[in-house]
Amino acid sequence: MNAVDFILAGMLAAATPMLLAALGEMVVERSGVLNLGLEGMMALGAALGFITTYTYQSHALGFLAAGLGGAALSLVFALIVLGFVANQVAAGLAIGILGTGLSALFGKSFESLTISGLPKMALPLLSDLPVVAALFVQDVVVWLTIALALSIWAVMNHSKLGLIIRAVGENPHAARAIGFRVLPIRCAAIAFGGALAGIAGAYASTVYTPLWADGMIAGRGWIALALVVFGTWQTGRVVFGAFLFGALSLGELTTQAAGVNIPSQLLACVPYIVTILMLAVISSNRRRMRLNTIASLGQPFEK
Amino acid sequence: MKISFIRRERASRTAMLVAPVAAFACAIVASVVLFTLLGKAPGQALYSLLLEPFLTWYNFSEVLLKMAPLLLIAQGLAIGFRANVFNIGAEGQLIIGAIAASALPVWYPQGDSAFMLPAMLLMGAGAGMAWAGIAALFRTRFNANEILVTLMLSLIAAQVLNYLLLGPWKDPHGFNFPQSVMFPDAALLPILLPGTRVNISLLFALIASVLASILMRHRFAGFQLLVGGLAPRAARYAGFSEARAIWVSLLLGGLAAGLAGAAEVAGPLGQLQRSVSTGYGYSAIIVAYLGGLNPWGIVISAFVMSVIYIGGDNAMVSADLPIAAVWVFQGLLLCFYLAGLTFIRHRVSFIRKAKP
Repeated sequence: MNAVDFILAGMLAAATPMLLAALGEMVVERSGVLNLGLEGMMALGAALGFITTYTYQSHALGFLAAGLGGAALSLVFALIVLGFVANQVAAGLAIGILGTGLSALFGKSFESLTISGLPKMALPLLSDLPVVAALFVQDVVVWLTIALALSIWAVMNHSKLGLIIRAVGENPHAARAIGFRVLPIRCAAIAFGGALAGIAGAYASTVYTPLWADGMIAGRGWIALALVVFGTWQTGRVVFGAFLFGALSLGELTTQAAGVNIPSQLLACVPYIVTILMLAVISSNRRRMRLNTIASLGQPFEK
Repeated sequence: MKISFIRRERASRTAMLVAPVAAFACAIVASVVLFTLLGKAPGQALYSLLLEPFLTWYNFSEVLLKMAPLLLIAQGLAIGFRANVFNIGAEGQLIIGAIAASALPVWYPQGDSAFMLPAMLLMGAGAGMAWAGIAALFRTRFNANEILVTLMLSLIAAQVLNYLLLGPWKDPHGFNFPQSVMFPDAALLPILLPGTRVNISLLFALIASVLASILMRHRFAGFQLLVGGLAPRAARYAGFSEARAIWVSLLLGGLAAGLAGAAEVAGPLGQLQRSVSTGYGYSAIIVAYLGGLNPWGIVISAFVMSVIYIGGDNAMVSADLPIAAVWVFQGLLLCFYLAGLTFIRHRVSFIRKAKP
């Protein structure tokens, strides 16, 4: 397998955990709430997903448990920032630490066990194309994630529900004045984001690398948060950014296979360095950032 | 019946004092429930977590040892948090500080110069500052969010540490363990309390606390910093800048974290190890908030957090709890505290719905 095939075959799967979490966070931020706890919710999802999949030998149950776990943790966040009007940055960090701790606590006795991943499915016709064929042989979750991205794009940009969520994010007081209930809508968005983060973690621990290890999320929750900023809160750009990072994270393996002698720890830094650089490139266009940033992002809502 | 929060006319001082204590109590109750559900003995766990650290002089001295880095870093971070500059990468700044401080003893393992230790501390503090300065540069020059940049820099620092300890800085006689050579005596901090491992870094932390409270008292500098971060536009009209608040916050935070890192390798560790930080950088965020971002409040919260750290080490052995239990407790504590903070500026009102 040459390097191009290798990256084409692997980039979508590598991108999926970051993409799922970023899509959820994008919806949360569109509603005006900043949840910095992604890393913790993903870690909890990864632990619960692995434990359930291992115990019941069912990936579907694993994803269900991870989604519920992520949503439950995000509802704790919702209670603190919506119910108790707390600082969203601090609350997000608290949830992140809590989620990481819970994942390590629950996952402790499941370390070094293994399960099988999911089989790959080839898309008919497309997987017969020359050069790019490898891109179209993926497991079912990858395809579902892309379908989900399309649906989120459709809902956010072309439906009444999307309009309501955006209105709540841009101007909660106006949204309330015309009769929308700001807090329940934000709460639902937070739970949706939490469920997707949990599922994203489960994909990492049960499909992408089917094992549980403490710290296995390795910053992917934070990269997902950065992806939402790169994507300037637009679904298509978030998807593009996630695939780019998926390809990048394979760079480590590719350069090693090509016999280039760079220490693996330094190669592992590449996605983090690229995150910083991309963030700088996108954010330095202050005018575009002002146009796209959610007006009420991070601000508590009080009647 | 409808329950809602009503804004108070003025902040409640009672709530300000009760909130952290109540949060602590709630976090204990929640962890007892959790440990019981996990089938651990909650009584034993609590005994180890909260009482054992006070039962022997050695245990108590270990609490003071842990308190030094937590207090030092939290004071540095709180300066930024007060100005709404969120440096959450103290972990990375600590690691880089530890690496820079280790350079001298790693290159001169037989060194016995009296300048070695001061030079190490300076290098550690400077490196931590530089690492945080990258985030300040990206924030002021390119408008890049400092939360994400400092966090990414932490992940990079951890990989740099791994690289050094698995590669060029690995002790050649260390049986392949990922750690550096043992430092010479000239590279070690003097002990503060004889018979314990408590070194003079505790003094650094206490001095930092005094300096932080002077900075807050010294109205103008503290005020400029506060306004620069909280209301950049208002600050610009008044002639002080957001950029300065960002630079000062991040550089001071990095300095404190880098110095703490240097003090860890020159203190209890005596060498550069992979586990140079057991999450001090993240715990310090909790310490800063729990102390109400007030320099003296932070002294108390740093002490409490160190008790939990040492207690957690004990609970690992006596109650068979993984060290992650400490993280869970810290996370719960901050969650309850943030919820409790609401009562400072709000009061609860119960409105009975009129019966038709």
